Amino acid sequence: MSHTLSRDVVIINELGLHARSAAEIAKLAQKANSKVWLIRKKERVDASSIIDILSLGCPKGSKITLEIDEESDINILNKIVGLVKKGFGE
Amino acid sequence: MLDTNIVELILNGIGTSPGICIGKAYLVDKEGVNVVRKYFIEKENLQHEIKRFKAAVKKSKDELRLIIKNSNEELRQQSYILETHVVMLKDKMLYGKTIETIEDEGINAEWALKKVVSNLKSMFQNMSDPYLKERAADIVQVSDLVMEKLVGAEAFNIADICKRVILIAYDLSPAKASQIQLEKIKGFVTNRGGRSSHTGIIARTLEIPAVLGLDNATEIIKNDDIIIVDGTTGTVIVHPTEETLIKYEERKIKYEEYKAALARESHLVSETIDGFQLPVMGNIELPEEVVSVIDHGGDGIGLYRTEFQYLNSSVFPSEEELFNKYLEVVEVIAPKPVTIRTLDINGDNAIAHVSNYDEVYPALGLRAIRYCLQNPGVFKTQIRAILRVAAHGDVRILIPMISSYDEVCETKRILNEVADSLDKEGAVFNRDVAVGIMIEVPSAVTMADVLAENVDFFSIGTNDLIQYSLAIDRENSSVAYLYNPLHPAIIRAIKHVADMAHEKGIKVFMCGEMASDPIYMPILLGLGLDELSMNPQSIPAVKSMVRSLNMGETRLFIQDVLKQTSATAIMKLVQDTYGSILYDKIYHE
Repeated sequence: MSHTLSRDVVIINELGLHARSAAEIAKLAQKANSKVWLIRKKERVDASSIIDILSLGCPKGSKITLEIDEESDINILNKIVGLVKKGFGE
Repeated sequence: MLDTNIVELILNGIGTSPGICIGKAYLVDKEGVNVVRKYFIEKENLQHEIKRFKAAVKKSKDELRLIIKNSNEELRQQSYILETHVVMLKDKMLYGKTIETIEDEGINAEWALKKVVSNLKSMFQNMSDPYLKERAADIVQVSDLVMEKLVGAEAFNIADICKRVILIAYDLSPAKASQIQLEKIKGFVTNRGGRSSHTGIIARTLEIPAVLGLDNATEIIKNDDIIIVDGTTGTVIVHPTEETLIKYEERKIKYEEYKAALARESHLVSETIDGFQLPVMGNIELPEEVVSVIDHGGDGIGLYRTEFQYLNSSVFPSEEELFNKYLEVVEVIAPKPVTIRTLDINGDNAIAHVSNYDEVYPALGLRAIRYCLQNPGVFKTQIRAILRVAAHGDVRILIPMISSYDEVCETKRILNEVADSLDKEGAVFNRDVAVGIMIEVPSAVTMADVLAENVDFFSIGTNDLIQYSLAIDRENSSVAYLYNPLHPAIIRAIKHVADMAHEKGIKVFMCGEMASDPIYMPILLGLGLDELSMNPQSIPAVKSMVRSLNMGETRLFIQDVLKQTSATAIMKLVQDTYGSILYDKIYHE
């Protein structure tokens, strides 16, 4: 495994990471070559799983960290971060 | 051998749609899924078993896609739920885990899926967040879909029901509900759900008897059991005795005769013997219900609850979405009036299904106009849609939960601001919309004279007014018996509001449950209500009662009512004076 790349981001949409937003992250993460991780309060889950993301229960205002294992997934990481930053366009 | 099947069983739930039906039970979920067998798969056949599972997932996915594509207007707002289900189907926690379990344990796909789902279910059900707890239901719905495909086509398919049955379900998912051929359904019985659930609304709209919230109906009732559903009382009788069957057959006939008689008269004017007209309007939640209001002879929409679009979405609805929904209602019922009540919930909670902080007393918390004034963006979007739709028909705005004069001023300021900006944009709209307020907080009753000078009409919401005035939480079963519309304090409050309104030259309406019970008509007429609004099914009975009364007499009668000191005494007085009119109509059997 190469050195990890991670980005911190705050959930700004009113809804938090709920069914629809989680589904959007999962869809993107599923396209990655390697793992994309979503971390909140030391809990670390696989971002390609909507069920895993939901299990974290992130409301508006929660700080999360997104992490990738492979540098080649940097575009996907950026896309997810962008999505979170613009509040999933909600 | 003792055959327990012949014992008559009476179950009590929430009667969400009135009427009686007798027929065979048809279980839509669980049955097929619960009888899943476990068997081992030979190592060399494991890949085939996995393929069988993958095929079932693919079929489910195609089915969901098709449902999304074919969704009609009503169900489109739910399609995001189905989209989420599509993603969930391939989720590694579900999809990956099941394949892993098949491989690791060498078991059949059905059993592996069942095992994975029950683990996930318990994980979600242990969460404290109510929204996340509910996601367990999503996972179950998704897995049921796959299970149906695995078990085979003969398991169950709602769309294929070919006899008229009473549907028994744990809960009806939006995907399932959209497939039902409703003409095949005599009645609904579900474990979950209440008056305002999706199933409840569908049942009322279609006038199919329904008893929901029975907890364990799907465990007690078996396929093809003979059952009686009494949606008026909320009773379900399983394995009825001969005697019970006869009793309910008679009741059913009486009820239908009564309904038919009312229906025949429902298009007559709602006018007392001495010529006083009391318009009887319908309360609606979905645009589809407008038809029901018209069918039942409603004189317009007295309360259009607008929360539904916020509840069934993960995002705030756009102005266009709101406008289109409102337009449907306004166009269908035109030229009759439509009273649109602005958002009556805490929008953030509704949209996110989670609160930022738990309110100890939500009924006393941030909701309705309070929420709207704190979130002017959300409020303005709705007002814009309402003012625009007002150009297409007779529209009134109704503001809920007003508790002070300041709130009225602030609301009017926002209304003007929105109208000005629409004007500037050159939009088609109507700024001369009647603006009324709900009278449901005791402070609004006390301030009625001041408020009446600043609004165009009052609408009394009895449900909340009673709850707030008598300090009773209706959900709390230990005090619910104290909830009584005939409490002298309530009668006096209504009188004060009506008197103040008339003194200031505005009209006073009522849209709470009290307005829907014919027995209260002598009182409401006597108190001087100018218009009533209720669920569409109650309109014919109320109209029929109004036509049997004499306004002048009720004016005198109310003087006696006001002298009474208890709800019991008032009820007795009403029954003694007017009960016979109702009994003659077989209102109470």
